[in-house]
Amino acid sequence: MGRTSQPEDARVVYCNCTYAKVVPEDVKTEVLTRLSQSGAAFDAVADLCEMSARKDPALERIAAAGPVRIIACYPRAVHGLFRAAQAPLAGEQVEIFNMRVAAAVDIVRKALPVAVPVKGKA
Amino acid sequence: MPVLAPAALRVVLYEGEGSAPLDPGQRLAALAALLAAGYQVTRVVAGGIVTPPDSGSLLVLGQFQGGSPPPPAEEGRDGHLEVRDVTGSSGARIVEIVEEVRTGLGVESPGSWTPWFPVIDYERCTNCMQCLSFCLFDVYGVNGASELTVQNQSNCKTSCPACSRVCPEAAIMFPKYKQGPINGDVVRPEDLQSESMKVDISALLGGDIYASLRQRQKTARKRFSTERDESKALLERKRCLKKLQEKLDIPDEVLMTLPSVGDIQDRARRAKEKHAKRMARSQTVQDQKPAPSADDWGI
Repeated sequence: MGRTSQPEDARVVYCNCTYAKVVPEDVKTEVLTRLSQSGAAFDAVADLCEMSARKDPALERIAAAGPVRIIACYPRAVHGLFRAAQAPLAGEQVEIFNMRVAAAVDIVRKALPVAVPVKGKA
Repeated sequence: MPVLAPAALRVVLYEGEGSAPLDPGQRLAALAALLAAGYQVTRVVAGGIVTPPDSGSLLVLGQFQGGSPPPPAEEGRDGHLEVRDVTGSSGARIVEIVEEVRTGLGVESPGSWTPWFPVIDYERCTNCMQCLSFCLFDVYGVNGASELTVQNQSNCKTSCPACSRVCPEAAIMFPKYKQGPINGDVVRPEDLQSESMKVDISALLGGDIYASLRQRQKTARKRFSTERDESKALLERKRCLKKLQEKLDIPDEVLMTLPSVGDIQDRARRAKEKHAKRMARSQTVQDQKPAPSADDWGI
């Protein structure tokens, strides 16, 4: 997996999909662990679905604040969730990583703005 | 269930200027526990970029060692800001602190609802309104632009993807569903032909299923004619629908309340009438506007 097309200063948003068990637990745990152990700043949300249903204004902030890498699930679903909350994602500003199908190590390698050494799971 | 109320508490793990970094194990434990409890958490480090805060309440946690963090850079932010020192606190203690603050602010506990609801892929939706006609729970509606919309998410029956089965374009997603393309996976041409994906609404509600039901009900009526036991007839219907349930992954309670063909047609007619009235009203408003003047045309 190569480097991301996003600029180095893109924000990172991680969705924990807290209210369902459809994202493999080991992938979620490893992604969160690697993010936590990195030196990077990031936003973590409990569940984008829940935020979309509530039309949480945070989604509008996420969508409108420039380049962003979203670690969640299928891109079609993520775009739909943001649009449903009247916070559509701009195609060229967003990169979505799918924890339902991709390996944690590949996701983090692409999503983190700089390569950060990981000392293993906590 | 209070859906459509914005979140009011965002937690910031502050590790920027003026705060010592959290211990890695402490940080991960706090992150995992706060996310599991339904909170939004932002980790801030010097030089890092995160999503700006909104006007909701902000709880900033850090190891300030007597100092305090700089306020959020967002100018004009008028939401509540609370700062807590978590030096030496375990992940579990950090969650306790957040819960104390949330309770003190009178903010509702997150996670009181399982977020299961349809999400429309407007790149695929043709506004045919079959889903609106099919859904018995008023999940769908039509917005001011005569566009299909999901208006009552919390009315949706958890784990039921039935409406996505009747969408001829595979435009209805349930992101927490197990299989594609209903879960948001790419729609392939073969998905639109797949029996397990595409179920013709008339076949589901007015065709073979009801014919089969009627036949089996006749048989059941003979069998139970001496008993007149309605619960047995209900069991018979359940048995008949079991195969369909397994194939389409539709919960019992939804299958047993499926509308009749007449109901469906009536609901579709009402939806069309409503749409036509809205269009007529919109046309009338346009007609009442004065004709464009020469100035309007730029001549």
